[in-house]
Amino acid sequence: MPTVGLFIPCYVDQLYPQVGLATLHILKSLGLNVEFPEEQTCCGQPMANIGCTSDAEPLAKRFLHIFGGYEHVIAPSGSCVSMVRNHYEQFLSGQPGFEHLRSNTFELCEYLVDIARVSRVDGEFAHRVGLHMSCHGLRELGLASDTERMVPPFNKVRGLLSQLRGIDLKELSRPDECCGFGGTFAITEEAVSSLMGRDRIADHENAGVEVLTGFDMSCLMHLDGLIQRAHKPMRVMHVAQILENARLS
Amino acid sequence: MSSHPEKASAFLTDEPRAHWHDQSVWFVRVKRDRQAKMIPEWEQLRETAAGIKSHTISRMAEYLEEFEKNATANGIHVHWARDAAEHNEIVYRILADHAVTRLVKSKSMLTEECDMNPYLEERGIEVVDTDLGERIMQFLHQPPSHIVMPAIHLKREEIGELFHIKLGTTKGASDPNYLTEAARGHLREKFLAAQAGLTGVNFAIAETGGVVVCTNEGNADMGTSLPPLHIACMGVEKIIPGTHELGVFLRLLARSATGQPVTTYTSHFHGPVRDGEMHVVIVDNGRSAILNSKEHRRILSCIRCAACANTCPVYRRSGGYSYDYTIPGPIGSLLAPLRDLRKYSTLPYACSLCSSCTDVCPVKIDLHHELYTMRQEVVKQGILPLHKRIAMAAMRWVMSVPWAYRMAGKLMRWLVPRLPRALVYSKLNTWGRQRELPPMPKKSFRELLKEERS
Repeated sequence: MPTVGLFIPCYVDQLYPQVGLATLHILKSLGLNVEFPEEQTCCGQPMANIGCTSDAEPLAKRFLHIFGGYEHVIAPSGSCVSMVRNHYEQFLSGQPGFEHLRSNTFELCEYLVDIARVSRVDGEFAHRVGLHMSCHGLRELGLASDTERMVPPFNKVRGLLSQLRGIDLKELSRPDECCGFGGTFAITEEAVSSLMGRDRIADHENAGVEVLTGFDMSCLMHLDGLIQRAHKPMRVMHVAQILENARLS
Repeated sequence: MSSHPEKASAFLTDEPRAHWHDQSVWFVRVKRDRQAKMIPEWEQLRETAAGIKSHTISRMAEYLEEFEKNATANGIHVHWARDAAEHNEIVYRILADHAVTRLVKSKSMLTEECDMNPYLEERGIEVVDTDLGERIMQFLHQPPSHIVMPAIHLKREEIGELFHIKLGTTKGASDPNYLTEAARGHLREKFLAAQAGLTGVNFAIAETGGVVVCTNEGNADMGTSLPPLHIACMGVEKIIPGTHELGVFLRLLARSATGQPVTTYTSHFHGPVRDGEMHVVIVDNGRSAILNSKEHRRILSCIRCAACANTCPVYRRSGGYSYDYTIPGPIGSLLAPLRDLRKYSTLPYACSLCSSCTDVCPVKIDLHHELYTMRQEVVKQGILPLHKRIAMAAMRWVMSVPWAYRMAGKLMRWLVPRLPRALVYSKLNTWGRQRELPPMPKKSFRELLKEERS
């Protein structure tokens, strides 16, 4: 079994430790040898997204240094993985090990479906569930077909969740509209960001969703913040927390 | 300095209206999806269009010269304008030479970009925008809020009220058919009285020396068939090699723009009407600077369909005016800073990087990535507000030193739950205006991991 590097995004490490643990448990249940390199911090995405390349670059270099040696690197986040795969080139192009790192860093669901070849999800989750398809995982990693491109429909995350017994995956009127998190966008464009989030929540609410899930805790953090403020009965869960209790094979 | 967040917040003070705007524009996106889905080779078509555009851009000068040669042979007068001022002067000179005082206009965002109407009006020429949406905006003395649907932000009741004042329609009438009919009658008089017609250009064909204009109302045809003088104004990027390529773009344009298989009229102009004159004004106005920039060259591929705006969750919820630029939405958030980075420095950030625009774009401009790159420009030029630069530098330092990161996290998780709510949710906490902060767990993942192992 290969040794994989567990990449837990900084905000997940600090704010959503149970998501990190769920990810770890899932990977271990596949028999993988999972290592969590202690010196990891942040991939540099916030700095890169605001345009501060000189602040992002040293973090990209750190990341390569820390994770470059693993066969695979896995994270419970589409956005942070997209940073490595789609935006590190500017900082690391030509550096030894970068090409390997880039093509072997995976979002959790992507890893389960494409690399670990999980085809059976044996478990139960008897709830009305809404799946939020976070943009970076959807459009930059290609975890699913989006509604803009005219390609045969597929959805790797839904493919895993839909196998759970009792799960009632709800259809949304706008299946892949952005929730408005967008990193620093949530602050700089607070008004637009919050309305985007509230509109997403309303879509899930109208579909009768009890549990709003997704593969990026950052989007869910933003949505949960709005849900909590409005005292809505809906709760958010990372997809890893749902899959943690199932047997994957 | 123009601030998108400020203008967007103002737009959002009327939330029901913002929702109505979002839904009206989203409706067009849904129509687009339906049409695109009916073309099995849609993605291939986009790929082909992108290829044609990048080829044409790489040989822009050659194709423009070929166009000039062939257009001249067709009896068309071709003019070159370096910038907006030159464009306006050329148009005015042509009109003055023919003693024109009444001009009808159709489908031209370029003349908006050049601010041509006021320029001509100051010189005694009446300019009438003949497309319904544009005419509405002209009555209001306001710019378009969308490049394809200029009055999309207005409700029909408001248009009814405006037409009651301007055209004498029945007070309180808001039936679209009735209002359109009234506008028609009014515009018919303008057409009959016009001495010259001005149109935009969707495509200029190098091979044939003609231009193509796509419209739904047929005003380009009216405005160029009745008066003897036709002036067509185009940006240099409208050039395409030949009629084969035209076919590709015509299949993409209307479907992407309005969700129609094709516009009602696709008008080809290959010379003047009998005993008339036709002029084409080719405008640069900053475009060759974009052509010279390796990072942003692809932006010139844009065919102005506005699909990026229709799909943009920010545009739909902030309205066209929040961009404060002739062309709003994602493509405008690139074009505006390329014109004046300092003035439009907030536009590259009026974007959650959701990349829906990139996937909807019929010529495959990687809009969200261009916006991402444009932010680097903002930082490089030293325009990013100082407090943000300091925050990022501080974050970089903390994230580069694992113990500092662990301490900062621990401190935050310890402190926040202990502070009074009024302090945590003070004015300084922008996140907390409408959102609760995330839970502050006692232990981080790495701390729990250590416990699990021991």
